[in-house]
Amino acid sequence: MSEEVIKTEGLTRVFNKHLTAVDHVNFSVKHGEIFGFLGPNGAGKTTTINMLITILKPTEGKAFVLGFDIAKQDNNVRNVIGVVPQEYTADEDLTGLENILLCADLYGIPRDVAKKRAADLLKLVELTDFKDKKVETYSGGMRRRLELTCGLINRPKLLFLDEPTLGLDVQTRTATWDYIRKLKKEFGMTLFMTTHYLEEADALCDRVAIIDHGKIVVVGTPEELKHSLGGDIITLSIKEDPDVSELIRTVENVKEVKNENGSYRIKAEYGEVTAPFVIEALRRKGYTVTKLSMTEPTLNEVYLEYTGKSMRDTEESREAFRSQRMTMRRARA
Amino acid sequence: MSRLNEYHPSRFHGIWALTKRELKKWLKEPIILLMAILQPVLWMGLFGKAMNIGNMFSSSNISISDIVLPGVALIPPQSGSITISGTALSQMFGNLGPTIMQNIFGVKDYFSYMSVGMISFIVMFTTMFSGMSIVWDRRLGFLNKVLSTPVSRGAIIFSKVLNASLRSMFQATIILALAVVFGLQVSSTFSPIYILAIYAAIFLLCLGLSSVFLALALRSTKWETQMAIVNLINLPLMFASNTFFPISQMPSWIQAIAQVNPISYLTDAIRRLTVTEFNASAVMFDFAFLGIFAAVFSVIGVALSWRYLTK
Repeated sequence: MSEEVIKTEGLTRVFNKHLTAVDHVNFSVKHGEIFGFLGPNGAGKTTTINMLITILKPTEGKAFVLGFDIAKQDNNVRNVIGVVPQEYTADEDLTGLENILLCADLYGIPRDVAKKRAADLLKLVELTDFKDKKVETYSGGMRRRLELTCGLINRPKLLFLDEPTLGLDVQTRTATWDYIRKLKKEFGMTLFMTTHYLEEADALCDRVAIIDHGKIVVVGTPEELKHSLGGDIITLSIKEDPDVSELIRTVENVKEVKNENGSYRIKAEYGEVTAPFVIEALRRKGYTVTKLSMTEPTLNEVYLEYTGKSMRDTEESREAFRSQRMTMRRARA
Repeated sequence: MSRLNEYHPSRFHGIWALTKRELKKWLKEPIILLMAILQPVLWMGLFGKAMNIGNMFSSSNISISDIVLPGVALIPPQSGSITISGTALSQMFGNLGPTIMQNIFGVKDYFSYMSVGMISFIVMFTTMFSGMSIVWDRRLGFLNKVLSTPVSRGAIIFSKVLNASLRSMFQATIILALAVVFGLQVSSTFSPIYILAIYAAIFLLCLGLSSVFLALALRSTKWETQMAIVNLINLPLMFASNTFFPISQMPSWIQAIAQVNPISYLTDAIRRLTVTEFNASAVMFDFAFLGIFAAVFSVIGVALSWRYLTK
């Protein structure tokens, strides 16, 4: 029995002959883990997922899902996976239950079995009371839960979640995490999810891969990744204009300094001890520190480290994001 | 290795599940059905009843006054004059209308002629709009979700075609029934069994047309594009056919289009099966044409859609 639920070998997808959305990606997902794919919009997360769920063919490279080749044994793959897409795909005009039964039909599950499974799943995501209401009356959180049930109706060994909490408010997002944990425990599945919420990856994922410009930059557990930064992050600003990076670098225990528009990101071991030395060194040269903060590394720092972008920079307004997504979809078509 | 999902969708199961979804959606919005029925009914009522060609030449419209002919106009000339009774003339020419109708249209009244054509009208619009629904399925992500399930790609395409056909048949039934209520004259050769043949003809045209529109819809990412295409071609398809007027009376270049327009063949088949005298060989020819059309265009449409769905 292979421990690797997903394995990719140089997986690549090129759109319109020049737009390389996924570029020779190699990773593997172990049995029973929650594996997170983290990256900014347009990094290639959805393209990767679409290849793994067999709705997009790779331009180059290979991938195996539960031992099946995604290109040659696509129908076997489809049978053993569950998919919860980014969009709300449930049919608005049908009721929640009708939607689940439609999904069951697509997997060829007999009606009596489907009804029993649907009842269990509805109970699990607490939608039993709403099962006979049209989906158009559902809230965002309810729709997301309904999508979850559709992805689980075939009792998949591996569940793909594409941005499972996109567009949900903080409360609903946390509630959705609970459902996901519950589902994983209940069915003992392996989960592959994409997200661009760092706290989500931190809270849910056993292992995380950061992808940027179609390439995987780093893979590891959130703890490993944070640890790999090798220390705390001190952020400070000074009153004066000149670049003092070199000066800060001379302080003991300072490992790295980055000047980001006048604000210095200093990576240092023993941050709480090092910070006073940094202030002292600056003052001796006549500089005044105006702001200082210190953080133990979070995934956000990890992310910043490996992609060179703050998550905040990539999170545009909802409208801009939606239009970008539409454009991407058109490019894929 | 891991255990497989114990169930597999049969081809039929998948087609039926997806068709059922469309039909459910459709039945839950009776207003759309009502509109779809209302449109041809309005055409039937306003166009079919107002364009009362047969009646233009009926005896009540041909009232001729007494004609006085001078004797010299006669051969051989006679002296004096003779008077022809206008009433007699009116009676003589009163049958002109029905005769012209019978010779050119094949039926005695225009309403019977065009109300049957409304079935082609229904088929055309239903198939065009069924293509549009797949544009929505794609935009909303539903298509991707279905593609990630083991349901066969062919089932996805065929369910759309089947849905268009079932809708057209249902609406055609209503239209035919309404036409009878409004005064459609069924020919003496009509037999209820012909209704099955009508369904078969409708199905063939639906198969060909909706496959084409589906492929077009899958190519165009916006429903506006599909809308523009539909608007552009529905007029020529409708009027360069025998739906409203007999092909024989058209200029030759329109005749050329009408001769290959599949709409003409569906209309002709239904007309021969209902309002005009039944002619087995002509109906067979119509069916042959519709059959070939369906085969060729569904193969093209399915091939194009398939290429898109397995990109």
